[in-house]
Amino acid sequence: MNKMTGWTGRVLHIDLTSGETTVLAPPEELYLRFIGGRGLAGSFLRPQVKLPWDHPDMPLLLFTGPLVGTAAPTSGRSTVMSRSPLTGTIADSSVGGRLGFQLKRAGWDGIIITGKAQTPSGIEIEEERIRITNASHLSGKTTSAIFNAFADGRRSVAAIGPAAENGVAFSALMVDRHHAAGRTGIGLCFAAKNLKYLTVAGSGKVRVHDRQALLAAREDILRLTAASPVLMGRHGFSCFGTGSLYDLMDSRRMMPTDNFQRTRFEQAGEMNAHAYREAYQPEKYGCMGCHIRCKKIARSGGARGVSMPEFETMSHFTALIGNIDLHLVLTANALCNDLGLDTISTAAALACYRELAGDIDLTPCLLDLVTRIGTAADDLGRALGRGAQDFARARQHEESAMVVKGLELPAYDPRGAYGMSLAYALSTRGGCHLRAYPVSHEILRKPVATDRFTYSGKARIIKIAEDQNAVVDSLSACKFIFFAAGLEEYARAYAAVTGLAATAEDLQNAGERIYYQERIMNAGNGFTAMDDDLPQRFFTEAGSGDESLPIKPLDREAFLAARAKYYRIRGLDEQGRPTPEKITELGLR
Amino acid sequence: MKELAEKYARRLIIAGLAEAPLVCGLEDEIVWNREDDRCAMLAQVIAGMHCNALICAEPAEPYRTILSFLVRKYPIAITPGDCETRTFLHDLPVSSIFSAEAILAHLHRRKSVTVAEAKSLQIVTFGTVSPEQAFVTFSSVCFSAFVLFFADYLADLRASRVTAEEQAAFARAVSLLNPPPAEPPELLRGPFTSENQVIAAMIEAGLYTVGFRLVDSYFGNISCRLDDTVYISQTGSSLDELAGCIDPCPLDGSSCAGITASSELVAHNEIYLRKASRTILHGHPPFAVILSMDCDVADCPNRGQCHVRCSLARFIRDVPIIPGEVGTGPTGLCHTLPPAITNRRGAIVWGHGLFTTGTTDFNEPFSNLLDIENMCRQEYFARIRAATDQKNKN
Ligand code: SF4
Ligand SMILES: [Zn+2]
Repeated sequence: MNKMTGWTGRVLHIDLTSGETTVLAPPEELYLRFIGGRGLAGSFLRPQVKLPWDHPDMPLLLFTGPLVGTAAPTSGRSTVMSRSPLTGTIADSSVGGRLGFQLKRAGWDGIIITGKAQTPSGIEIEEERIRITNASHLSGKTTSAIFNAFADGRRSVAAIGPAAENGVAFSALMVDRHHAAGRTGIGLCFAAKNLKYLTVAGSGKVRVHDRQALLAAREDILRLTAASPVLMGRHGFSCFGTGSLYDLMDSRRMMPTDNFQRTRFEQAGEMNAHAYREAYQPEKYGCMGCHIRCKKIARSGGARGVSMPEFETMSHFTALIGNIDLHLVLTANALCNDLGLDTISTAAALACYRELAGDIDLTPCLLDLVTRIGTAADDLGRALGRGAQDFARARQHEESAMVVKGLELPAYDPRGAYGMSLAYALSTRGGCHLRAYPVSHEILRKPVATDRFTYSGKARIIKIAEDQNAVVDSLSACKFIFFAAGLEEYARAYAAVTGLAATAEDLQNAGERIYYQERIMNAGNGFTAMDDDLPQRFFTEAGSGDESLPIKPLDREAFLAARAKYYRIRGLDEQGRPTPEKITELGLR
Repeated sequence: MKELAEKYARRLIIAGLAEAPLVCGLEDEIVWNREDDRCAMLAQVIAGMHCNALICAEPAEPYRTILSFLVRKYPIAITPGDCETRTFLHDLPVSSIFSAEAILAHLHRRKSVTVAEAKSLQIVTFGTVSPEQAFVTFSSVCFSAFVLFFADYLADLRASRVTAEEQAAFARAVSLLNPPPAEPPELLRGPFTSENQVIAAMIEAGLYTVGFRLVDSYFGNISCRLDDTVYISQTGSSLDELAGCIDPCPLDGSSCAGITASSELVAHNEIYLRKASRTILHGHPPFAVILSMDCDVADCPNRGQCHVRCSLARFIRDVPIIPGEVGTGPTGLCHTLPPAITNRRGAIVWGHGLFTTGTTDFNEPFSNLLDIENMCRQEYFARIRAATDQKNKN
């Protein structure tokens, strides 16, 4: 009998080859060390991580954290994890919607899926009951078709689209229609198991140690978010969605334009979140248990019910590829969601193609190109579907692939924020801003502003933030709320839920362990300092600044010096590899 | 890092918060603003946590006197009365041992610890991105201690429970107060017709607001309307360093570039839409904050929730006191402030601070800010005298 609160103490193992399911009861110590979500998933991935991504024994993991399903704010999230078909690194994505919430209420801290089904299959979890279904009739169907097929509103639904079934390396997993586990090709990991969809429904209550203390922590967190202009302000995420960053990136001259050849997009003023609001009168929508509700869904403009693009999509489907048609952004976003494509990687692959083709106008054929990628319709579609790095390399122009470790970069140009250059280079899942999220202090001034044009102090800031966000993904909460609250408040929520006398520092220590374990896994697959690097362009070409705001190329020496500092601070050797001492210190033998 | 450590050491001194602060920044090695015997022990503190900056300093007077008293009254933790500190710091833990272990036990949970040993009193704060964070916390601890101390004393006096120790601390703290700021300065004259003029005027007014100690540098805000654009200080910007920290926000909300603008942008906007103001100044002058919390309504059903629920029309002479929390939540001051300030020279937000407006430039809101704070200070001591007289009568 589970004596823990917060966790259910049960993990479900499903072997798709045999169709057998087993219930695991991980030792309490494992929970304490890895919390849940991304941390716990990582500890189940590690023993198998050297296998090829499509090996039947490679686990596909979905884990929630102790706060999921409780009154802690933004705690409806979960982590999907495996090894990335796109990058070869670990692959993980924090995903919203109701998936984690339902899984937890069904009595599971996580599920481990191994093996490979004979035919396209689905997994249906309802409380204790697990059904593996034949999904052949859904093969090739879009994600909307799957969501429509399960439109009973009760269960949470996760599905892949045709892109994954066609082998696109950056396929996404779509959840509850409007949410994506977008990055690193998690969708393809589902396809590798012949798994088309997963549904979960649960009705149990998550046990909480001290409800009053949890409500007190919740009050503190809500008050902090109310005081946050970024989250709840007039121009913040709650009103405009993440798209509210668009104007800011433009004014800071860090909007990646023409495949990062420039950093200013002249038409940005007309393509901002306000323009979308005028055109589509979007309504607010959010993940389970969230009061910020940063998602937006169109109500008019001939797009009723369609997800509004996130900031990254808004930026990459305009500036990065030279498009000035707002409606085309919305349509391309919807098409990517339907096909199950990661919008960032899709746009970035197209931007790479466009640059190599001489900056041609992609807009007339944009939707056609996206479809060709998602359906692997022809040579070009298939080539692009292997990702920008593979595409550029095959054409002997690797320098045009704007990727780190093979993962296409999101919409913040690092020449305008030096911490971001480190964050990209060092992220354990490749070119991603979310691991350390330095936008918070370099641009959004939280918890205080840092000078965005210096490396001074950044190595340690990045390390601390990576650890913190590893905790956030493990609890599991939403990174956005950390623009306002901190581990100080979330430690109190965690302590109230679990009954453990944990401090912010204890959680931060667990975060360090979780992150280091990811470095261990990547190092085991041959990743070294050579991979902790940025595309050459950032060191040789200036961005689009002017006299009052020059955007210079990054100083390579300074970048390498900061990276070396980071290695020392993190306890890695000069090649960025884990050291035996640190492994022992963190109890990761 | 060394530069930042030195910068914030200087700022602590200029702001009258500390006289000989120790500030460190940390990347792959620790750098201090100066050498000191305590560095070795503090290095252990740093080694025991994930931070990149630390401040340890004895607060300057009158904060030292005030905190020395408060730590004896509240030996576990001081709970601030003002809203902003309570929102961001929750409470201010107290320790009686100046050791790495004792300090760490508190800093693992909170952003500050006040350590009071026999003869010494130190505030220790830290940051995870910059010494600035540690500075902001340090300054908030001093501000909220000040507010709590004077508010407590008035309440204790009325309830006839002032101890000899409290009386002595009060007398000493009062004797150490800076004299009330005198005449307001001559600020740039409006009406302003260009962005450059607006920005110059804002930078100047911000500088004086901090210089006159009408705000602890980080928590005020300031704005100016030019045509249909509101220029406003950015969130978390220091009012005495506004260059490069002013966001232009179209009144109609057609750009989100102001996402970094002060959390009070909505309130400012709403004021501009209701009244012919051109400038708004918001500071946290201590006596206005203290008086806003001084309410003697017996058995009020909203007691304990005054900062969001108070429904009484309260005034300090002509200046209304209103409830409202920072930001735009359902109980946010963006709902209460604009109607309250419409026909007034200023309004005080309960336990938080003072807003003033002007029709052409910053001369009017600045002198209003100063006047109202001086008036509140006089009123505070008038209430002290009244309570003392009452006590003597009984
Ligand atoms: S802020 Fe947005 S992404 Fe985060 S939990 Fe809320 S709705 Fe989901
Ligand atoms: Zn304020």
